[in-house]
Amino acid sequence: MKSLLKNDYGILVALMFVLAAPPILVKFGAMNSYYISILIFMALNTMIAVGLNLLVCHAGQISLGHAAFYGIGAYTSAILTVVYGCPLWVDVIAAMVLSGVIAYLVGAPTLKLKGHYLAVATMGLGIIAFIVMNEWHSVTEGPSGIVGIPRLKIFETVMRTDMQVYYLYWAIALIVILVAINILNSRVGRALRALHGSETAAAAMGVNVNSYKLKVFVISAVFAGLAGSLYAHYMTFISPPSFGLQFSIMLVLMIIVGGAETIWGALIGAVLITSMRAFLGEALGAYKDYDVIVYGLVMMVVMIFIPAGLAGGVSIIARKLKRGSAQPEEIGA
Amino acid sequence: MKRNRFGVFCSTALSVAILALALSGCSGDKGAKKEESAEPYKIGAIFSVTGRGAPIGQPERETAELMRDQINAAGGINGRMIELIVEDDEGDETKAMMAAKKLIEKDGVIAIIGPSLSGPTLAISQYVAEAQVPMVACAASVKIVDPVNPWVFQVALTDRHSVNKILTYLTSQGINKIAFINDSNAYGVSGKAEMTALAPKKGVEVVAWEAFGGEDTDMTPQLTRVKASGAEAIVVWGTNPGPAVITRNMKQLKMTIPLVQSHGVANMKYIELSGDSSEGVVLPAGRLIVANQLPDSDPQKQILLDYTKAFTEKYNKPPDHYGGHGYDAIMLTAKAVEKAGADRSLIRETLEKTTGFIGTDGIFNITPEDHNGLSEDSFVMVRVENGQWKLLDQ
Repeated sequence: MKSLLKNDYGILVALMFVLAAPPILVKFGAMNSYYISILIFMALNTMIAVGLNLLVCHAGQISLGHAAFYGIGAYTSAILTVVYGCPLWVDVIAAMVLSGVIAYLVGAPTLKLKGHYLAVATMGLGIIAFIVMNEWHSVTEGPSGIVGIPRLKIFETVMRTDMQVYYLYWAIALIVILVAINILNSRVGRALRALHGSETAAAAMGVNVNSYKLKVFVISAVFAGLAGSLYAHYMTFISPPSFGLQFSIMLVLMIIVGGAETIWGALIGAVLITSMRAFLGEALGAYKDYDVIVYGLVMMVVMIFIPAGLAGGVSIIARKLKRGSAQPEEIGA
Repeated sequence: MKRNRFGVFCSTALSVAILALALSGCSGDKGAKKEESAEPYKIGAIFSVTGRGAPIGQPERETAELMRDQINAAGGINGRMIELIVEDDEGDETKAMMAAKKLIEKDGVIAIIGPSLSGPTLAISQYVAEAQVPMVACAASVKIVDPVNPWVFQVALTDRHSVNKILTYLTSQGINKIAFINDSNAYGVSGKAEMTALAPKKGVEVVAWEAFGGEDTDMTPQLTRVKASGAEAIVVWGTNPGPAVITRNMKQLKMTIPLVQSHGVANMKYIELSGDSSEGVVLPAGRLIVANQLPDSDPQKQILLDYTKAFTEKYNKPPDHYGGHGYDAIMLTAKAVEKAGADRSLIRETLEKTTGFIGTDGIFNITPEDHNGLSEDSFVMVRVENGQWKLLDQ
């Protein structure tokens, strides 16, 4: 088991065992079923964060507009199923495809930008998407939102209970992580890391910089679109404020707090930020009105003391513990 | 080596999947615990205490807590205290869903009051219905009760009531050609939809439709077009500060046709923002802001004055109609609990049979077809005179 944890597949397997625990705890009354719903939101956030992690941490491109793809996914599913009666799951695929296509169209010109310019361009995308959701009344129903989105079905079983949704969404989240790990362990992954190190050097070595940047941008948008679609099917109602700039910033926060070094940073960040949003007020008891301040303080402390993020922090500590045998992680296989 | 790892991975995946299937087969039912008679009634509340809905959620929470204290000080309901568990949804739908799940599954509340905003309310409506917990929402969207969700009730006056009231007022003044200007937020768009549907029925023609953004600081272009349209009055549907900008711009353009605002700006903030220009502006409002001008025969007068006094004493500021929603939500729920006890479906049935309940928003007559229970008579028309609200003759 210990040697398994050294590689990503091992961690993925370990994660499966961890994920099997909550339903058992709920079954034996050791955990309230309410926590399952939080874990569902964690699964959704993990899907987006993993894609964003590929983009930001491995390809070195910042995006402050990923809530747009989340929203495009959610609205595509909502409109297709509610207005056009599109069969379930077909709309999920459509949401992913549309998010990807829009990412391609937007990414082709904007990914030529660098640094702050790219951040502002993607933020612009987020703002435009938000305005479209609010103002295109005939299609999106504007600010009042879309009601009555059907729940997903597997064959004839409607995903009605949180427990069913929990299994389904985490299974999908694990597949997303698996896909991301495989991308990183492939040629593309090596190219991405080269890109992250130095775009100029990578280009000089024959890496087609723009093409790789665009690919990873599209992949991350597809993941976000998938999460958005699943969100719509879980909530059964969507309206624009869920997909605003604030959510984009929260996503970036997830991967920064989680750590940039590995794909697991995305998972850690998604889990941490989601649970802080859900439990902080509760944990503070009588002082729950101050949760916003504590939230900010935690972010500051993480950034000041573990700038590499929590996943980075853990591996730094692990390395210090077995000083001497410190070896750079093997890349690929 | 790699193949080996993959083998381990796949076999584990399979075993976890089997485990998962086995577990999902067992339903996670948990019987509702029988409470002891001395235990308090747990009522959940979801308000937008922080975030974009804070001006709405704050007074709602303050009022709900005030009324809880009053009820408990008077010995509670059926000898049992009320325990009010307030959650903040930050105006966010995901957060509202988390809050609803916590209140129902963890705290085991018998009813929920709130949320403050329409988005979060619509987001959790289907869930509370599936969980079979009655909810008395404080948000105003017509979609909350149309179509009727058996488990969801609404205390706020809706745009439909307000539009009807305005149309009745306009026709009584002999006006039948109007211009309509709306805020492009959820509130403004909903008002526009209602006006589109209801104006033809009352024989009123809308000769100009205009819109503005919440951050706009100059509405002269819209007003210039309105001027050219031959409208006999302007109806504005928005929330501060936009409607105040229109009020000032109209004065600057020396437009003298009557200006009718919506209940969205029935607060002192609007008068402050528009200054002298607001003199003579007419709008529909709940009776709360003109409570002391009401005739003594008005059944709501005493309740409104008592509430205003208690709220002002505790929080050193006058209440507004948002606080009024909080009052109606908790009092309606408390009244239903008094009859039904802690049985959720009995509370729902009792709420549905509410007749003649006198609240701050109006007199509620709830039926299975109408889960709002108010009528356009719950609004009165008021005019701004000397920087104060003046009740108009009905």
